[in-house]
Amino acid sequence: MSEIAQARTFDEFMEGIWRQNPVFVMVLGMCPVLAVSVSAVNALSMGLATMFVLVCSCGLVSLIRKIVPKEVRIATYIVIIATFVTVVDYVIQAVSLEIYEALGAFIQLIVVNCIILGRAEAHASKHPPLTAMVNAMGMSIGFVIGLFALGAVREVLGAGTLFGFSLFGPNFQPWVVMVLPPGGFIVLGGWLLLFSALKRRKEVRLAAQGGGHGA
Amino acid sequence: MTVQTEIRSAPHIKGPRSVEQIMANVVYSLLPVCAFFVYQYGISAAASILVVTASCLLAERAFVRTGTQAGSLSDFSATITGLLLALTLPPGFPLWMGVVAGFSAIALGKALFGGIGFNVFNPALVGRAFVQAAFPAAIATYTPSFLPGRFTQFIPSSLAWPLMAPADTAAWLKAMHFDALASATPLAKWKFEGTLTAAGDLLTSLAGHMAVGPSPVLILVCGAYLALRRFMDWRIPAAVLGSAGLTAWLIFAVGGTKYPDPFFMLFSGGLILGAVYMATDMATSPVTPRGMWVYGGLIGVLTVVIRYYSGLPEGVMYAILIGNAATPLIERITQPTPFGKGASIRARKSASYTLHPDYISREEAGAKTPKKRFFKNKPKQ
Repeated sequence: MSEIAQARTFDEFMEGIWRQNPVFVMVLGMCPVLAVSVSAVNALSMGLATMFVLVCSCGLVSLIRKIVPKEVRIATYIVIIATFVTVVDYVIQAVSLEIYEALGAFIQLIVVNCIILGRAEAHASKHPPLTAMVNAMGMSIGFVIGLFALGAVREVLGAGTLFGFSLFGPNFQPWVVMVLPPGGFIVLGGWLLLFSALKRRKEVRLAAQGGGHGA
Repeated sequence: MTVQTEIRSAPHIKGPRSVEQIMANVVYSLLPVCAFFVYQYGISAAASILVVTASCLLAERAFVRTGTQAGSLSDFSATITGLLLALTLPPGFPLWMGVVAGFSAIALGKALFGGIGFNVFNPALVGRAFVQAAFPAAIATYTPSFLPGRFTQFIPSSLAWPLMAPADTAAWLKAMHFDALASATPLAKWKFEGTLTAAGDLLTSLAGHMAVGPSPVLILVCGAYLALRRFMDWRIPAAVLGSAGLTAWLIFAVGGTKYPDPFFMLFSGGLILGAVYMATDMATSPVTPRGMWVYGGLIGVLTVVIRYYSGLPEGVMYAILIGNAATPLIERITQPTPFGKGASIRARKSASYTLHPDYISREEAGAKTPKKRFFKNKPKQ
């Protein structure tokens, strides 16, 4: 692999993790993000399930991108995604019934997760399989990071634990609001604030350097 | 020596009134209320007021420093938020939770919307709503007023370590020979035990060992000072208290003994404090006089409805927050008619007045109406 191709692949990979992070930058797929991020374990398993579906379906969509007629492409993507979601659904059920019940309908709802459909439409249907899968991998790692960031904060404040391990001893005062839906919105807002503050600081720094680097 | 002339449009008369002046006067009028609160509950209340206000000011400073916010620390608005928030919290509220309340009041209630004057909801109540949702047990834990040794000893729950659960005040009170009922608020007592506190005791808050806030009489006096100096519109508290009293009286008249009398409703809980100091927040209440009546009426009715028919003993906070949310709508439907428009113009048409004797109408003078031309540019024939 030439150096340029390598750099481009790395770029594709990093895009989802940082510059186009689905949770913090694009603010996509908020439904599972807010609903299942009550604890770090839930968030992580939801993220991994989404990762599997995203990578596999992007690979498959990319493979058949030249033979799918334009008019039925969305339906085709949905069928492909639904297949992998069914696989994930059964796997989670087999591995841990507890997590399966905690995640509830949100596993099935991965089918209509806009990150996955968006990647299939915007990226996988226009790129070769390897690139598409690398990009999907980056995106889903970004999604996992986002989910974990929310789930960890909500679990630490809402229950005083992380991955079920007590952090503050038995005398901890749980913040009830954090495990309720408003807590999800408040924590998400806090993270978005942090990211936009970082972005602004970077812009200010770039402007101070003489407006280099494009914009 | 040249005289500089400045030419400006109206208004030409500059009043000394400014945001700082109004806010400072609200702070002065709050000081007696705070002092009474400290007299009731001792150093725990003093520490609570100081810590909550300090955390509000620190949060305000942090957000104002970002440069995206209107206002500054010196306009006293964050001080008011802190004082009011502390007055709505139980005196033995853990201090670290007070810091959370103060920070979230400014962050969620004010900075989120862009600073002073832009906030949709009363910041103090947003802070209280946040800690009510986060720590429902701690915010419902009151202690009786006028405890012996309140100026030398903290209420044990005040001094909880950060993030840790507060100490149990029930055991502490039992050691002082108080029963558990002494630390229930009058509203909670009525709602869950069915016992009614005399309205007179509530009015002064001077009777010993009741879990009540500062005296309603004192708050009304301080509010009257503000209203007389026109730092606050008297219509809003009048509407809130009037409609709450009327609703409670109607339900009392119809429902009878099942419901408490209207005076109990008026003087218990935070209704007076809410009506005088929180519903009147300038940024979050309507500016139209008719709108103020509608807004106050809505808050009063909602307060009584929440107190009677919900699981919560107290409803002033949510009533005011709902009223704040409805403020833009209320302002829209109660726009005053500008002079010369609307009803007055109809009245003038229907009125008959004698003409000047020298007046000759166009018809009498035999004037012809000019011919209307439909095609402006039609060439003359």
